Amino acid sequence: MKTSVNEAIAFSEKRNLAVPEEILLSVEKPARYIGNEVNAASKDPKSVDVLFCMCFPDVYEIGMSHLGIQILYDMFNRREDVYCDRVYSPWPDMDKAMRENHIRLFGVESQLPINDFDFLGITLQYEMCYTNILQILDLSGIPINAKDRTEDDPIVVGGGPCSYNPEPLAPFFDFFYMGEGETRYYEIMDLYKEMRAAKKSRAEILHAIAKVPGMYVPALYEVEYYDEEHPAPDPLLDGTIRSFEPIYDDIPKKIRKEIVKDMSDTYYPNHPIVPYIKATQDKVTLEIQRGCIRGCRFCQAGMIYRPVRERSLDFLKKNALELLTSTGHEEITLSSLSSSDYSHLEELVNYLIDTYKDQGVNISLPSLRIDAFSLDVMSKVQDIRKSSVTFAPEAGTQRLRNVINKGLTEEDIINGSGQAFDAGWTRVKLYFMLGLPTETVEDMEGIPILCNKIAARYYEIPKEKRNGRVQIVASSSFFVPKPFTPFQWVPMCTKEEFLNRARIVRHKFGEMLNSKSMKYNWHEADLTVLEGVLARGDRRIAPVIVKAYEKGCIFDAWSEYYKNDVWMEAFDECGVSIDFYNTRERSTDELLPWDFIDTGVSKRFLIREWEKAQRAKVTFNCRKQCSGCGVGSFEGGICVERKN
Amino acid sequence: MNVRIKFAKYGSLVYIGHLDVMRFFQKAMRRAGIPISYTGGYSPHQIMSFAQPLGLGMSSEGEYVDIQVYDTYSSEESVRRLNEVMTDGLKVLSYRVLPEKAKGGMSVIKAADYMLWIEGRKKFPENASQLWNEFLQKPEILATKESKKGETTLDIKPHILDSRMEEDRLYLRVSTGSEINIKPDLVFRTFCAAFPESFPDPGNALRIHRIELYADDENGGFISLEDMGDEVAEGSLS
Repeated sequence: MKTSVNEAIAFSEKRNLAVPEEILLSVEKPARYIGNEVNAASKDPKSVDVLFCMCFPDVYEIGMSHLGIQILYDMFNRREDVYCDRVYSPWPDMDKAMRENHIRLFGVESQLPINDFDFLGITLQYEMCYTNILQILDLSGIPINAKDRTEDDPIVVGGGPCSYNPEPLAPFFDFFYMGEGETRYYEIMDLYKEMRAAKKSRAEILHAIAKVPGMYVPALYEVEYYDEEHPAPDPLLDGTIRSFEPIYDDIPKKIRKEIVKDMSDTYYPNHPIVPYIKATQDKVTLEIQRGCIRGCRFCQAGMIYRPVRERSLDFLKKNALELLTSTGHEEITLSSLSSSDYSHLEELVNYLIDTYKDQGVNISLPSLRIDAFSLDVMSKVQDIRKSSVTFAPEAGTQRLRNVINKGLTEEDIINGSGQAFDAGWTRVKLYFMLGLPTETVEDMEGIPILCNKIAARYYEIPKEKRNGRVQIVASSSFFVPKPFTPFQWVPMCTKEEFLNRARIVRHKFGEMLNSKSMKYNWHEADLTVLEGVLARGDRRIAPVIVKAYEKGCIFDAWSEYYKNDVWMEAFDECGVSIDFYNTRERSTDELLPWDFIDTGVSKRFLIREWEKAQRAKVTFNCRKQCSGCGVGSFEGGICVERKN
Repeated sequence: MNVRIKFAKYGSLVYIGHLDVMRFFQKAMRRAGIPISYTGGYSPHQIMSFAQPLGLGMSSEGEYVDIQVYDTYSSEESVRRLNEVMTDGLKVLSYRVLPEKAKGGMSVIKAADYMLWIEGRKKFPENASQLWNEFLQKPEILATKESKKGETTLDIKPHILDSRMEEDRLYLRVSTGSEINIKPDLVFRTFCAAFPESFPDPGNALRIHRIELYADDENGGFISLEDMGDEVAEGSLS
């Protein structure tokens, strides 16, 4: 019998993990909490000046799939004087064990308590993670409200799409970074280092940060509302914001978002972290462009990420190679909004297939516009029998598609499906929204009618050439008006109205000739209502979030943990009206909670778009014709290319 | 050409489950540039098979993965390349080519060596060896095995193939594999149940380390999986 050859291995220390062994072995997927992944930075925390902990306030597997964090993590760790660690929301089983055993939340790599860091950076990707932010702060022992934090607490910074209306979260954050992280973080770290060395206070540091372009320090801005003491000039404005002002003269009244001008001359994480456990996106992500030319009127991303900026083909080829080599991933995916609009898509996709297909690397395609090119590519990289073609018409009739400025026509959909059927596909997925402005019963019933036409197109194929029955799956989500879109003023449906519309659609599906080939799913309405309030809320929503958290709400994005009745109680107890935020029609004269942010897209443009929407008039995409949205002032991307 | 890779798993990697270790190695092969063979089809995958899953929480210096390659570096270079892409807690120990006729995969496994101890390497009572011998001399050692189908009782005595009790650890060789698989903690806990006063059940303070996996050899003994392969002194790649 052998004895241990290498006792050091048998008795090796487990890197002084923050959580004791028996707890790690009792929770689901302990790998979420141990760090030490491939390509993770490993630094001595004592050797750096700035400790930054990057947080994705959801479970590890989701957080690890996020490109934005990988970009900033890589960028920060390139600096010798900075160590960037990571933290994710402990899953409810770990959350419970940590509370019971008084274990403070820690960074996964250094295993240091979050409270020992200089910064805690939280990415705000969706509204339903807001209670998880409080969980992170609470488990870290950091006061939930920024005003209660001491010199020893980390500076808590937020960024990401939801920071385009940061107001419901305003009390919890020391500052928000508006826009793309690549541009100003080094400057902020230098500033912090210098001021800390000079023994400046937290308040002084935050005041200095507020002068850096793109930075919003909510405590330095005061909001006042129309109330009994200050009656509104118009009853429509009752309860809305009366004024929003900085408390110092030397900080900006309007905060302009930051953008990267040249996407081919910037940081790209060539050595992204490879988790041990399977992340939601277990593959290389290659971001091909930022922004979108389309201008769909419901889409916040399409507005806030303007202007569209492409990365060069050379940049992408070079990075694809390094990414695949450094991670060993067996799949690469292209990431962007509306990828079909990327100018060199065909060349890039063919290059990736030609170069990597023989090396066992799968190329996964984001949802592309269905045409001859995309079908040809798909047939090379997917098994036609197992895959489906996807359309996102968003609305059932051409009129409503014009209202939302979705350029997809019925002809595109029928022809695209037809080509797919001819090539052997039998499955079609379609995405719709219900509750869009101006929607009528005709629009709702248009959804099953459109699906039926697609099915009918399939049955035009001679029987002997068909591969069995066609499967059409239509899904609808409920429309949530978002800040900085032309629909930011519109009333949202109530839960009852949403469900009523879904029933109308479902009923009509049953009447269709090809109903047996069609399936219809709709999303939950409860979550949509909450998302609506959080999306267009103001600072008066913050106490509701705290209340819901105190009553046990976390992981609201996970239907098995979402507690709608508890949220409703929290609204009641705080005396906050959901209708004020969701179903009230806002006047274009109203001072909106997010109006202090300058995304480059002018309010004038949004109003113009809203008016055109009501007349069902389309606006051309940026490549076809400039619509004068205002973002040209950034002098980047397509706005500059057009001029040349 | 079939290759057998031996590796150790320890430190914080004891929290990484079997399936995730498989995924780790798939990616590691690519990072290390090992000329591994793929199956065909729309989603080609590496030709790779792992031995005997190791329980969560256990460490090991006797883990194995068999792969098929279409070319090879020397054993030394292959080990070097692989270790360059491992993380702290995974270490490749050897890379050996299997003879053409070697039985495929991991169906050959018959036994395993383990080391067991109590957290903090707490010393066992002074009469540990004596109690252990007493335990082994019983006509039969009945143990209750829990499985998905419920509880079964079996005599584990014939499956304790070798053992040695030391002052702070117990070495065990037990039957392992697809036919009969005896877990080391079952042996230890059965022993504890027999002498509860001297050996109270250690609960989650029991530590287990796998040392080696074996197949039957031609002479009725055991041969380690590693010894079934041969070192590649000079690979066709360099």
